[in-house]
Amino acid sequence: MSFLAFFQQLGETEWSVALHESEIAYSIIESLHVWFMCLFFGLTSMFDLRLLGWTMRGVPVSEVIRRLQPWTILGFVMMVVTGTLLVYAIPVRSYQNIFFRTKMLLLLLAGINVFIFHSRVFPGVAKWDADAVPPKAARIAGGLSLALWMIIIFSGRMIAYNWFDCDRQPQWAIVNFLTSCTPTE
Amino acid sequence: MDLLPFFQWCYSTPVGEGIRNSSWLFPVFEAFHLLGLGITAGSVLVVDLRLLGLGLRKQPAAQLAADVQPWLMGAVVVMFATGIPLFLSEAIKCFYSFAFWVKMTSLFLVLIFAFTVRRRVIWQDIASKQPTLARITAAISLCLWFGVAWGGRWIGFS
Repeated sequence: MSFLAFFQQLGETEWSVALHESEIAYSIIESLHVWFMCLFFGLTSMFDLRLLGWTMRGVPVSEVIRRLQPWTILGFVMMVVTGTLLVYAIPVRSYQNIFFRTKMLLLLLAGINVFIFHSRVFPGVAKWDADAVPPKAARIAGGLSLALWMIIIFSGRMIAYNWFDCDRQPQWAIVNFLTSCTPTE
Repeated sequence: MDLLPFFQWCYSTPVGEGIRNSSWLFPVFEAFHLLGLGITAGSVLVVDLRLLGLGLRKQPAAQLAADVQPWLMGAVVVMFATGIPLFLSEAIKCFYSFAFWVKMTSLFLVLIFAFTVRRRVIWQDIASKQPTLARITAAISLCLWFGVAWGGRWIGFS
């Protein structure tokens, strides 16, 4: 089964239709998505800024992560839950949305960045825990995380706009290629 | 006092009209507004979680507040710089929007609260002397910010 067929089928399920048609449920889920973004991105950005040596320079890096991470994990899990529901409510359009695709790709990169940081950089934290400005590897991880999440939020906000949607033709060939769109007319 | 004429004037400003006439200006301002919200939330949360005893605990709240201050101020400036043009572009809709008034009331209250009670609680190290009072302060601050964010998101749904 192709991806498109999968999302089409998803969009025909009872719950997807119900969610799509319920203005109040959809609005509440979207609001929750934004609030948990505040929790997740807010505290993640503070940690990234600490890695860059741009704030809380007197607080050990390991302590910032230990005390704030439970909150960022909570925020992240809830964003995935609410985000999945938002896609579930509008599956085909999300799948073919150029900003949604950008966002997913960047999420993957942000995940890789977290993985590299935790497997290669953070294990040596004892050596630079109290440094006002952490070593270059940590600064790069923090800077990349901050930049990636900012573009992810930007892309997320843009999903709502239909400039490049499949049902709005003509589009440039490159747009239709990137959105796996086959114009019907 | 009738505020409608003022909102109509806001709506008719060149900035408001310019945004309405563009298909991408509103979304871009909106996205930066959202980024500002995220950074604001982060710098408020670091301190309020400290006051609640649920975040960083070893540092005095005053030190954390001083550390995040430039980011909070920068983010609030971004929020105003993007929020005002967004408002101008749909001022009349805002006038009739319940969510808009919730947001403005919460924003007004949270700013006053931040520069009076919360500020005093942070700088007089109330967290170690009267932890309950510090917790209540943080809870009020977070509730008011929640009202700002709720109203803000809900303006778009009406």
